[in-house]
Amino acid sequence: MFRILFFLSSGLFLGWSLGANDAANIFGTAVGTKMLDFKIAAIICSIFIILGAVISGAGASNTLGKLGAVEELGGAFIVALSAAVSVLWMTRVGLPVSTSQAIVGAIIGWNFFTNNPTGVESLTKIVGTWVFSPILSAIFSFILFFIVKWFFERSKIHLLRMDSYTRVGLVIVGAFGSYSLGANNIANVMGVFTTSSPFADVNILSLFHLSSTQILFLLGGFAIAVGVFTYSKKVMMTVGTNIFKLSPVTAFVAVASSSLVLFLFASEGLKNFLISHGLPSFPLVPVSSSQAIVGAVIGISLAKGGRNINYKLLGKISLGWITTPIAAAILSYISLFFMQNVFMLKV
Amino acid sequence: MAKLFMNRTKQLEEEISEYLDLVSRSGLIFYEAIKSYILDDKDRFNEKFVTITEMESEADEKRRSIKHKLYTYMLIPESRGDVLGLLENMDGIVDCCEKTVERFSIECPEIPEFAQQQFLNLAKFSRKAVEEVVKASRSFFKEINLVEDFINKVHFYEHEADDVEEKLKRTVFQSDIKKFSRKVHLRYFAEKISTISDEAEEVAERLSVYAIKREI
Repeated sequence: MFRILFFLSSGLFLGWSLGANDAANIFGTAVGTKMLDFKIAAIICSIFIILGAVISGAGASNTLGKLGAVEELGGAFIVALSAAVSVLWMTRVGLPVSTSQAIVGAIIGWNFFTNNPTGVESLTKIVGTWVFSPILSAIFSFILFFIVKWFFERSKIHLLRMDSYTRVGLVIVGAFGSYSLGANNIANVMGVFTTSSPFADVNILSLFHLSSTQILFLLGGFAIAVGVFTYSKKVMMTVGTNIFKLSPVTAFVAVASSSLVLFLFASEGLKNFLISHGLPSFPLVPVSSSQAIVGAVIGISLAKGGRNINYKLLGKISLGWITTPIAAAILSYISLFFMQNVFMLKV
Repeated sequence: MAKLFMNRTKQLEEEISEYLDLVSRSGLIFYEAIKSYILDDKDRFNEKFVTITEMESEADEKRRSIKHKLYTYMLIPESRGDVLGLLENMDGIVDCCEKTVERFSIECPEIPEFAQQQFLNLAKFSRKAVEEVVKASRSFFKEINLVEDFINKVHFYEHEADDVEEKLKRTVFQSDIKKFSRKVHLRYFAEKISTISDEAEEVAERLSVYAIKREI
């Protein structure tokens, strides 16, 4: 048990840092502008992240598995650790970073080390989605902004009542955003462990069936929740007051749009529905919630006439698509070498 | 919980509306008081003076209650400062109306017949500026796109009041009133009445900024 926990610790650490950073994308403005109390936001966020991870986490995780199926716990430990360290290091040097990009880079590093071919189709799908997701998020927020504006201009709702509705709206999109984040990003945290999962399936009172992967996702979900409770308040205050300067209503638009993007790239149900109706479906790929929210904010800026678009930030994000996976891949490759040759463990 | 929250909101909405009613009525009472004074209806003037003094205290109390509730219930964190700023500035209008009537009551200026209509016109434009700024404030809470229309009207009436004030002062100083002190006294009252429209314009200026901030 101790051995399992030790190997899972890197994934759990990655989960913790995901919770600490990404919860702010969902509840940052709501908490930063004091529309919602942090404790309420953290509780909603944690519950829905865990639900999303356990119920809908499998789709995006499968795509990562196709990119490279890490069969040994030792290898999975190093892959997750390399991603986590890359995220930590890049955050410290102030570069925008996404766990999705870090984990993909780390898996590719593992592929190189173990001479496994990297699934080119999966890689193209994943990289294409990274570029596409902020653009899609911008399109959603652009449209949603006009709908919300149209509604507010015609509804003649009193400022105080609108305040109440906005709070309810922020809670609803926050819950949806947390669910989508859990569903989409649990793959980053626990995806590499699915092939080597040490757990057996569990039946709870013949009512609930949890597969070994779902148990892993449940654990990962808890790690994310711990990250939310222990560290995200600081990040939320920064996001809510310093970077984006969104009003509570525009925050609603931004969170709804980015959550929808995360959901589209995570929901197997939606994918099956679209396919069964002969419609083009979205690939199930872990995407960056930070980049989705930045895309949404840009969409809002464009809807407002294109003022205040931070092109420098856009450049940094594009740079992140390249630097993060490369850094994680190199780190993963080097660490795997040490794990195999110094600690004599199978990777 | 949600119901309790909505009840609080509704209660506060009503209080804000009542506060704006008080501001609007103080403008009307002020005008009626000046009219009664000029028409030499002492009893009616005194009655209006008592009314406006009570209204001023009531408005103060209501404003404090709204402020207390906005902070206790943690409502509109984003616009709370603006709303309180707005209400405090509106309070300046009520104060100004009350103080002007009080000065009439204490100093009893002698209004010559040739200046009576101009004094009435000046009071009328100040009253209208107050009415329009109250409408602008109501729109700020409910129909943000109408705020600018009402603000334009406030500017218009303030400008008219300035015009009348200047003409009134010229008439007074070019008149055959012998005592310079009386001329200065009349000028003081012309300026005092005109200050009400100035106060209304100041609120309007702030309101136009608040309205821009409220746009989503």
